[in-house]
Amino acid sequence: MFFNNHFSVLLVVLPLMAAPICVILRSSKASWLVALISNLVIVLLSLSLLSHVINGNVVRYELGGWAAPTGIEYYIDGINAILISVVSIISLATLVYSKQSIRKEIAQPRHYLFYAGWLLCLTGLLGILITGDAFNVFVFLEISSLSMYMLIALGRERRQALVAAFRYLILGSIGASFILLGIGFLYAATGTLNMSDIAERLPLVNGSRTVIVGFSFITIGLLIKTAMFPVFSWLPNAYQFAPSAVSSFLAGTATKVSLYIFLRFFYHVFGTDYSFGNLLLGNILLPLAVVGFFVMSVVAVFQTDIRRVLAYSSIAQIGYIFAAISMATEQGLTAGIIHIINHAFIKTALFISVGCILYRYGTANINQLGGIMKSMPWTCAAFIIAGLSLIGVPLTAGFVSKWYLISAAIDSGWWLIAAMILMSSLMAIIYIGRIVEVFCFKNSEAEGVAKVKEAPFSMLLPLWFLIIVSVYTGINGDVVVDLAKFSATQLLDNLPGLNNPVGNPL
Amino acid sequence: MSITVDPIITILPPLLAIPFIVFFGERYRNLREASIIVAACILFSFNFFLYQQFLEGALLQSEKFTFFNGLTLFLKAEPIGIIFGLLASFLWIVTTIYSIGYMRGHNEAHQTRFYTCFAIAIACVMAAAYSGNLLTLFVAYEAITLSTYPLVTHAGHAKAKRAGRIYIGVLMGGSIFLLMPALIVTWWLTGTTDFVAGGVFNEVNISPLFVTLLLCLMVFGTGKAALMPFHGWLPNAMVAPTPVSALLHAVAVVKTGVFLIIKIVVYIFGFDLIAQTNAAEILLYFAAGTILLSSFIALKKDNLKARLAYSTIGQLAYIVLAALIANARAIEGAALHIVSHAFGKITLFFCAGAIMVASHKTLVSELAGLGRKMPYTFAAFFIAAISIIGLPPLVGVLSKFVIIEGIIDSQYDWLIIVLIISSLLNIAYLLPIPFTAFFKEAPIDSVGANTHSVIKEAPTACLIAISITATGCLVLFFQIEPIVHLLSFIETASNTGE
Repeated sequence: MFFNNHFSVLLVVLPLMAAPICVILRSSKASWLVALISNLVIVLLSLSLLSHVINGNVVRYELGGWAAPTGIEYYIDGINAILISVVSIISLATLVYSKQSIRKEIAQPRHYLFYAGWLLCLTGLLGILITGDAFNVFVFLEISSLSMYMLIALGRERRQALVAAFRYLILGSIGASFILLGIGFLYAATGTLNMSDIAERLPLVNGSRTVIVGFSFITIGLLIKTAMFPVFSWLPNAYQFAPSAVSSFLAGTATKVSLYIFLRFFYHVFGTDYSFGNLLLGNILLPLAVVGFFVMSVVAVFQTDIRRVLAYSSIAQIGYIFAAISMATEQGLTAGIIHIINHAFIKTALFISVGCILYRYGTANINQLGGIMKSMPWTCAAFIIAGLSLIGVPLTAGFVSKWYLISAAIDSGWWLIAAMILMSSLMAIIYIGRIVEVFCFKNSEAEGVAKVKEAPFSMLLPLWFLIIVSVYTGINGDVVVDLAKFSATQLLDNLPGLNNPVGNPL
Repeated sequence: MSITVDPIITILPPLLAIPFIVFFGERYRNLREASIIVAACILFSFNFFLYQQFLEGALLQSEKFTFFNGLTLFLKAEPIGIIFGLLASFLWIVTTIYSIGYMRGHNEAHQTRFYTCFAIAIACVMAAAYSGNLLTLFVAYEAITLSTYPLVTHAGHAKAKRAGRIYIGVLMGGSIFLLMPALIVTWWLTGTTDFVAGGVFNEVNISPLFVTLLLCLMVFGTGKAALMPFHGWLPNAMVAPTPVSALLHAVAVVKTGVFLIIKIVVYIFGFDLIAQTNAAEILLYFAAGTILLSSFIALKKDNLKARLAYSTIGQLAYIVLAALIANARAIEGAALHIVSHAFGKITLFFCAGAIMVASHKTLVSELAGLGRKMPYTFAAFFIAAISIIGLPPLVGVLSKFVIIEGIIDSQYDWLIIVLIISSLLNIAYLLPIPFTAFFKEAPIDSVGANTHSVIKEAPTACLIAISITATGCLVLFFQIEPIVHLLSFIETASNTGE
């Protein structure tokens, strides 16, 4: 595929420029079109980038021509190229979906603000993924978070949406400040903000208390941002009360991007040996992750709003990913990355299908949706397929994830963890099965619901696109597996092609 | 001069029938059912073709489809699979004929959905029968669970929903919680999930305890084999329409479970490993316990279909037991019992359904005097019951005999006693049913009239199906040779010219 080094900067510049254009246009339709077109270009750029990087190249782009330690450098290898593609594709799908859905959720005069916010959020997310500069990560994190708070606050249940956005704002800001403090300590210790540079210099000072403090700040900040158990409290409300397009977008991207920062910092900047061998990050993460995915799966079973079921399930899935990552083996890291990719598509599809139901019925309460399979067969079928994928039924993407998670756990000799993952899958059968049962059969007390039309085509199209992606990656699993393996080895090998220091002196 | 035939041809007919089923729908229901019968006949002839090709030494294998990370999905025909395929496809024809009578006689709703899901289930059963490795079998196994879920919950009322919940919970929960990790461990240890003659663990050094654990995971994870304590879904699933109970919950679905167990014993673990490690011993207790316990429960059940369901659980445990004994003779017995029990039990279920359609009676205690009104149905019931009990001249005796021979070859002689007690219990819970129907006087209602006076014999379509399967029990007794011949081709490393 055609590739140019400037593509990397375009990924950030394009949405950043498109956002003010939306504000200038002030028309709902025109701003949607601007957002859509710029997003389409971004998808193409990101795929071109991915096909370039996957051959083993590492893209290093000096912003404004300023060389690395002084200027900001964009740094793209396997893991972020993959995630850039995933984020931009999911953003495109949810944008297509949003056109119809926000009509019922957001007042017409605010539509252009919605799209402007969306584009800024995308800018932030792509910026985090693309940059090789630690401080720049923080800047983009704030761009994406601030626009995210605004998008959540647009939700149709105004009061709850505002409260949800405020809660997210408080916790998100605490998380971001922690990250900033951590980066500050690293800067103090190493005198550089470029991540490869920090990685190079850290071994010389890694016994110092400054580095350990910085490490701790970054860890806690990232745990909040990824909504890891037990600091997840912002997530369920945000997912439930945000406009459905936003929760779909959020579910697929926001926490995944924070997970990326995690991978980048602890595998690349600090180095695997230091993070997991020396500071024993795994010993802290693993118990939290295991308790997290187990408890959150149980909690998901008892929710009545489908969006909340999915939200708690998301936290559980993040637990899986953390469990896999904290194994600090190639197998585990591969499993984690596979699940990041697969879960992004699955959860977005699930949230979109709930959004379709919300569009027609105005509620996502499980008790008021008896027998809707009859009126919305396509939406419900999509939900069922994505749900099976979440459970990990063979021939869906979720099966590939589960297979890798469990074999990685067994490979590390963690039989108990493997058993816990399976137990938690049983919970998924319950919480998904419960919803599917309601969809298929009329409730006895509610006597079913009014007959409505199937969701509009423009909403079903992105939904089924995501479903097809997740089924395809389930049947031809090697697509995702190969990408994940490639980027996992790249992360673990301390990045070949760089003048990286030799291992860890400790 | 070996030619290659792709067993995937057996998956296509049921799937290709679906557009016709949906297209004809409720408006042209004769055409709809005709298209299923045509598909079923084609399917049977394909299976028969595979059987002939196998005897001529053709290579019956599909292309390997790469799943991920070197895992593959493919189909490959071997003797037990061919028998299973032939059996399921033949009984699909018969069941469809029966369904015409039953579903119309019973005025069931959503018949198009019913037939569609049924066809999908059959396609999945074919994939299971011809699966070339454990992963393919696992995928087909899950697909069967999912495609039969709408059949179990067909009625849509609270009881059906509850049954559906248990069905998914036990079958899918068991397979994901127990079978899948066992599969992953197998893959992790050996790097293959293929079915290999003599087992795949020969190269690996694993402790006996580990082998036992792995075998237990697989056998208990196979919820469809209904080994106690994972049997609860089967009696609950009887809430489904009778054709489902008959073909799926007496033959296709449950036999996929025991088929999986036979396959893992023969081709994953191998006889030698099981003999060396004594891995199966604890499971044999479970199987023996299931045989006896289910028979006792069946004795106490008044609901006819529930009694038959517990009888099925017991008979499935025979097959599991025979498979776990793990010698060539016992495996032969297990495969034969799949066939003989299928013909016997499907007949019994057909009869139960026919009684329900004709007289709306579901309890054994209500059947008194019904035999004179429905002589053909109860005659068939009697024949099938004799076959299940294991008396000549019906096929049931042959398979039981071979299983007992297998037990004698093994070190577990005490199992013979279990089998004998079980046969006696079979008599006790099966034979009273036709006897009450024929010899007890019908109850008299308050006016003094015979309450059965309005009851007629079952619909003709049902009777045709019943007579075919009942005759099958008889014919197979004399014509078992081709199946035994086919079974002699089973490749086991320990097989010394059986």
